[in-house]
Amino acid sequence: MAAKSYSNPIVKWIEYRLPIFSFLDHELNEYPTPRNLNYWWNFGSLAGIILVIMIATGIVLAMSYMPHVNYAFESVERIMRDVNYGWLLRYIHSNGGSAFFIVVYIHLFRGMYYGSYKAPRELLWIIGVVILLAMMATAFMGYVLPWGQMSFWAATVITNLFSAVPLVGESIVTWLWGGFSVDNPTLNRFYSLHYLLPFVIFALVFVHLWALHVHKSNNPTGVDIKGPQDTIPFHPYYTIKDTFGLGAFMIVFMFFVFFAPNFFGEPDNYIKANPLVTPAHIVPEWYFLPYYAILRAITFDIWFIPAKLIGVAAMFGSILILLFLPWLDRSKVRSATFRPIYKQVFWVFVVDCIILGWVGANTPDADFHGVKMLWIGQAATFYYFFHIVILIPLISVLETPRALPDSISQAVTPGGKS
Amino acid sequence: MNAMRKRLGAALAVLVALGLAAGAAMAAEGGKPPAQTWSFDGLFGTYDRAAAQRGFLVYNTVCAACHSLSLVAYRNLDGIGFKDDAIKAIAAAKEVPDGPNDQGEMFNRPGRPADRFARPFANDNAARAANNGALPPDLSLITKARKGGADYIHALMVGYKEPPTGVQMMEGMQYNAYFPGNQIAMAPPLTEGQVEYADGTKATVAQMAHDVATFLTWAAEPEMEERKRMGVKVLLFLIVLTAMLYALKRQIWTDVH
Amino acid sequence: MSDSASAGGTTADMPVTDDKSRRDFLLISTATVGVVGTALACWPLIHAMNPAADTLALASTEVDLAPVQTGQSITVVWRGKPVFIRRRTADEIKTAEAVPMDKLIDPQPDKARVKKPEWLIMVGVCTHLGCIPLGQKPNDPHGEFGGWFCPCHGSHYDTSGRIRKGPAPKNLEIPPYQFVSDTLIRIG
Repeated sequence: MAAKSYSNPIVKWIEYRLPIFSFLDHELNEYPTPRNLNYWWNFGSLAGIILVIMIATGIVLAMSYMPHVNYAFESVERIMRDVNYGWLLRYIHSNGGSAFFIVVYIHLFRGMYYGSYKAPRELLWIIGVVILLAMMATAFMGYVLPWGQMSFWAATVITNLFSAVPLVGESIVTWLWGGFSVDNPTLNRFYSLHYLLPFVIFALVFVHLWALHVHKSNNPTGVDIKGPQDTIPFHPYYTIKDTFGLGAFMIVFMFFVFFAPNFFGEPDNYIKANPLVTPAHIVPEWYFLPYYAILRAITFDIWFIPAKLIGVAAMFGSILILLFLPWLDRSKVRSATFRPIYKQVFWVFVVDCIILGWVGANTPDADFHGVKMLWIGQAATFYYFFHIVILIPLISVLETPRALPDSISQAVTPGGKS
Repeated sequence: MNAMRKRLGAALAVLVALGLAAGAAMAAEGGKPPAQTWSFDGLFGTYDRAAAQRGFLVYNTVCAACHSLSLVAYRNLDGIGFKDDAIKAIAAAKEVPDGPNDQGEMFNRPGRPADRFARPFANDNAARAANNGALPPDLSLITKARKGGADYIHALMVGYKEPPTGVQMMEGMQYNAYFPGNQIAMAPPLTEGQVEYADGTKATVAQMAHDVATFLTWAAEPEMEERKRMGVKVLLFLIVLTAMLYALKRQIWTDVH
Repeated sequence: MSDSASAGGTTADMPVTDDKSRRDFLLISTATVGVVGTALACWPLIHAMNPAADTLALASTEVDLAPVQTGQSITVVWRGKPVFIRRRTADEIKTAEAVPMDKLIDPQPDKARVKKPEWLIMVGVCTHLGCIPLGQKPNDPHGEFGGWFCPCHGSHYDTSGRIRKGPAPKNLEIPPYQFVSDTLIRIG
């Protein structure tokens, strides 16, 4: 860190004891950033801002929410009807969950397209996957809090997944519930953890950024930064670009909050939880649909392993497998721009994930032009794992990448535009 | 960059196609309610006060015999244009349980504006016992809790028919074209001229269905008018701010490009 | 600091000031709009902590006075606070009315504190730091002036609920109320 001298005596006093000003200056102001980042690089900072919005609205909502089976549903409706701007905070929070996942999924796919997970950014990627897992746990428990029918049955179905664990499965489920079904103790602990986990995510984001700032951002060419001619200071270039992106994003986000606040929701969740009646058609929130499809795709035992256990393992495996991506992909070239074959299958993978989501939204016996939904789900599940475990390693070895530019600045200047 | 954009477009097209297919597959669950024209449709929609007040009359004289509206308070009725005195009179006409009094007993007293709508039955079991085992659902959130919202409520009210030949009706059930499964425990609630509208509107079944659906939509989303009004302002503000940010971004980046 | 105006590009042969001032204008106006927007966005978070509509709606309570005998006190709850209702004896009324204003810490005639002299209705919260004064029950300490006594820091209130001695700065507060009939009041 270059020692800086500050003229303001208070700043100077603090700086001498805690060099926070030079730290901020170094990491946010003059921080050298590749000059060619495109708009796909906006989604990281966007996700961070949504986290802050979620924590801020969540803290205020928690002031009026009552985590008790007799009052939870009514207290949420009291927030919607009686608390000043309660409806606004609640709709921002519930739609914010969807916004968070949209942004993080785009962020994740951007990393996959441009090979941002490759050396030396493996840990950065792994921390990112851990953040995704923490987000999923937070979102799941948050969805239970309004204590509607979908809340209750999502909690029941998802906690029951753990009953697939051999030998101790039932004990684990009872332990998760704190009783013999999803009930008041379950709601209470979910509330506790839903409040805690966002701060864990906040800490993880900090570590994520720390790891990012060691080797700096990847870029659309995937070529390392070679010198000062390849970079521009983060401020003002990327502060303004990120802020503009934030504005554009907020327009879309706020449109849903004000004009279609229940677009991502299910009508059944406006019916108070009833442990005696399951809704005809239970579906998780859209961001869990692909995993739900994978879970339900496994309908067959393999050898002595029951289908239920394989389904659960496949579902969790579909995320955990991402942890190994840096080593499954052996190609030295990061960006798909210079990888003709990988570039094609990347989009196949994107479409595959969308198909999984669509299958997750439908019942397995539903019929799609004569094809059972279950079969589509099984094919898409197979491709998901085939893509990551077989195709990615294979392509990375067999493919001949196109010639890389010598440097970022060389890639940017001759064409005239980035 | 361009190629990536093109492929994203292709992926989105697949997504849209799948969405349409899914919509077609779901239609099997019960007749899709025909779309009505509502005063609260669209970005600037508001509740037609007269229709909502007529709808309240229908709820109060017909639905309230079996269906609670427990999340709505009498004082909320100012949201559809009732005046303070009218609200007091509406509340006072209802018996509300209160207590315990100094003797430790629960008692009924006339309602006050701050009270939530009085329930027709003391609890769910009492409601079931009085309705052949069927529980009339609370209507506070009914338009948000059913696919189709106000359209569905309207369709359900006008959807009673003779069962088609070959359909075996269960004891005490009615055939309704729009109810999931088509067999509903609720007898046709509305009959021609059942209520007398003060404004002279003719109380046809379709008219009452429309009015009560308007009232129930308001009951479920009393914040809607404020939400849309604020939404327009927020979006206009964000569009201006984002345009300014874009101009600033262009300006700052001129020396890089 | 590489601020926006000096971030390179502006060379000596260009009309620097013009470009710079245009850029500064855009920067300042955008920043202003952005800051105003952010500040406005914070308001719902703050206002959500103010009393909600149902809390405000419950702000009035009706009390039946018929069972209260002369010389008796009752305590009712209004807005989560105790309201002292005392049917005063003729003696108490006389004492309260006879106190000269210059003896009072917070001068206020008894007449200004009651609608009907027989009924003293006031918020039973000590104006010092919010404790509940004693004196509602016959065997409670009534303080040196025969009214109420706050045990927290020793404030003495007289038969009109006025502060006479101790750290409290003000008389016990009179809530807004009205007589709906001779024996029924509405507080709030």
